[in-house]
Amino acid sequence: MIEFHSVTKRFPDGTLAVDDFSLALPSHKTTVFVGTSGSGKTTLLRMINRMVDPTSGSIDIDGADIGTLEPVQLRRGIGYVMQNSGLLPHRRVVDNVATVPMLRGTPKRKAREEALVLLDTVGLDRSLANRYPNQLSGGQQQRVGVARGLAVNPNILLMDEPFGAVDPIVRAELQQELLRLQRELGKTVVFVTHDIDEAFLLGDRVVILRTGGKVAQVGTPAEILANPIDEFVATFVGADRGKRSLHVENRGDGDIVVDGTGRLAGVLVGSRSPTASSTVGTGESKAGPRGPGAPAQGGDSR
Amino acid sequence: MSFLIDTLAWLSDPANWVGAGGIPTRLAQHLLFTLVTLVIAAAIAVPIGFLIGHTGRGRGFAVATSGAFRAIPTLGLLTLVALWVGIGLNAPYVALTVLAIPPILAGAYTGFEAVDRKVIDAARAVGMSEAQIVLKVELPLGLPLLIGGLRSATLQVVATATLAAYVADFGLGRYLFAGLRTRDYGEMLGGSILVILLAIVLEGVFALVQKLVVPRGVTAGLPTDIPGGSSRSRPVMESTIEEGNSNVHST
Ligand SMILES: Nc1ncnc2c1ncn2[C@@H]1O[C@H](COP(=O)(O)OP(=O)(O)O)[C@@H](O)[C@H]1O
Ligand SMILES: [Mg+2]
Repeated sequence: MIEFHSVTKRFPDGTLAVDDFSLALPSHKTTVFVGTSGSGKTTLLRMINRMVDPTSGSIDIDGADIGTLEPVQLRRGIGYVMQNSGLLPHRRVVDNVATVPMLRGTPKRKAREEALVLLDTVGLDRSLANRYPNQLSGGQQQRVGVARGLAVNPNILLMDEPFGAVDPIVRAELQQELLRLQRELGKTVVFVTHDIDEAFLLGDRVVILRTGGKVAQVGTPAEILANPIDEFVATFVGADRGKRSLHVENRGDGDIVVDGTGRLAGVLVGSRSPTASSTVGTGESKAGPRGPGAPAQGGDSR
Repeated sequence: MSFLIDTLAWLSDPANWVGAGGIPTRLAQHLLFTLVTLVIAAAIAVPIGFLIGHTGRGRGFAVATSGAFRAIPTLGLLTLVALWVGIGLNAPYVALTVLAIPPILAGAYTGFEAVDRKVIDAARAVGMSEAQIVLKVELPLGLPLLIGGLRSATLQVVATATLAAYVADFGLGRYLFAGLRTRDYGEMLGGSILVILLAIVLEGVFALVQKLVVPRGVTAGLPTDIPGGSSRSRPVMESTIEEGNSNVHST
């Protein structure tokens, strides 16, 4: 579990990027920070691996205050995936993936073998292992980035708009891939995006932020969709209604959440639809763990 | 045209190719002097350049100092130092080290600066220590420009090392000063040609090395070599990236 305790970050130039932010992120779930550009998402994310240190407040991981941990060691235990992959251009794909294990002392040979397995995991052909990053497509590079993030088998995976720079088709593919991975691996994923659809698709829990890292609303996608807490959230969530894929429908036996193809993606907590957890399609993984009777998570921002 | 013939005569005179004052000896002296100067200058300039490039601090200072160093007339400095430490090779070493530092320094820090900040940021975020970032990321990626700096320093030093003969019986410059005194233009021009040839050979060596040190992944997938690194867009210093940096240096 990752806990933010009254975390504030003011940058040296005076910018108040995050203002008194408190939240607990559950383990083995995907929490998505979503908000417009400049709302402090990246700053929040980077405070988890101490790439940024809070001005005040503290962050605990599984009860331990990370402020007391050595940043380099801390980072080696946390997966980090960024936009434009951030791969080392002078190292082959396989060596990029093996970088952190080797820093941690895994023998080269073993680290490489494991890296190849990870390429399978993220759906990359092993024949790409000996290429250099700039010989890959953007989508392939992001997959390598994910593989690198997973290489130390971290409990926590931080992802900062990882699919922001790839075209929509590849993005959709990568999103599904991440959902699959998350089903298999059950990491504590913290995912940052400005795309509300992506947030709703990937997040078990979505944190909508306004400027200054202020929480506008926290909840499951269904909760937020059904009950936007205020005008700001309503506008944000409905900003591109119509082309937005997830929406709420009432089908007689309660409110349900339907994705763009008309398939059931989830059921609002409190409504009764016993079939919710057996739905298929893109929203499948979301429906399972969050079936009827799941405890309400929203509203704690109030 | 007679001095051309004189020059050929001087160059082809077997007597000039033997002994302590012979061409091979002086050539070797000249080359050794150049190399030692470069090593000293690099030992000073490279760490400073890396520090500037890595931290992004002190750049203005380095540019100003380099500029000031460049403006110092080498002959003047040489004379000054020689008056102080006396006749011999010490004065030329000092003067030429001063000459060689600016281009090496510039090569070192531009090489480091040219490395995409995002790559460095990612390296730090996955858990590389600062030393590992320098050695495993910035050094290999910045090496071509560093070699470029060494290359231009070499060119300047090998040419200007002729001045060493001003205060010591040393190197190819000796032919220039001796020839000037005795009005032996064949000897003067012969000496110059030798200096030029040496410079060209060194230049060729560096051109080759510079090609070789460009990391594979940087050339791979590109239609042509990177032209001196200039094609790299100057990475936008994203503010968040600054932060990662400053943290590490403040702790
Ligand atoms: N290193 C920094 N120095 C100064 N201001 C920064 C720095 N990093 C981020 N900021 C500012 O903090 C705010 C939040 O930034 P960020 O967390 O990157 O937002 P987001 O990721 O949501 O777009 C923005 O106003 C941004 O300009
Ligand atoms: Mg951001």
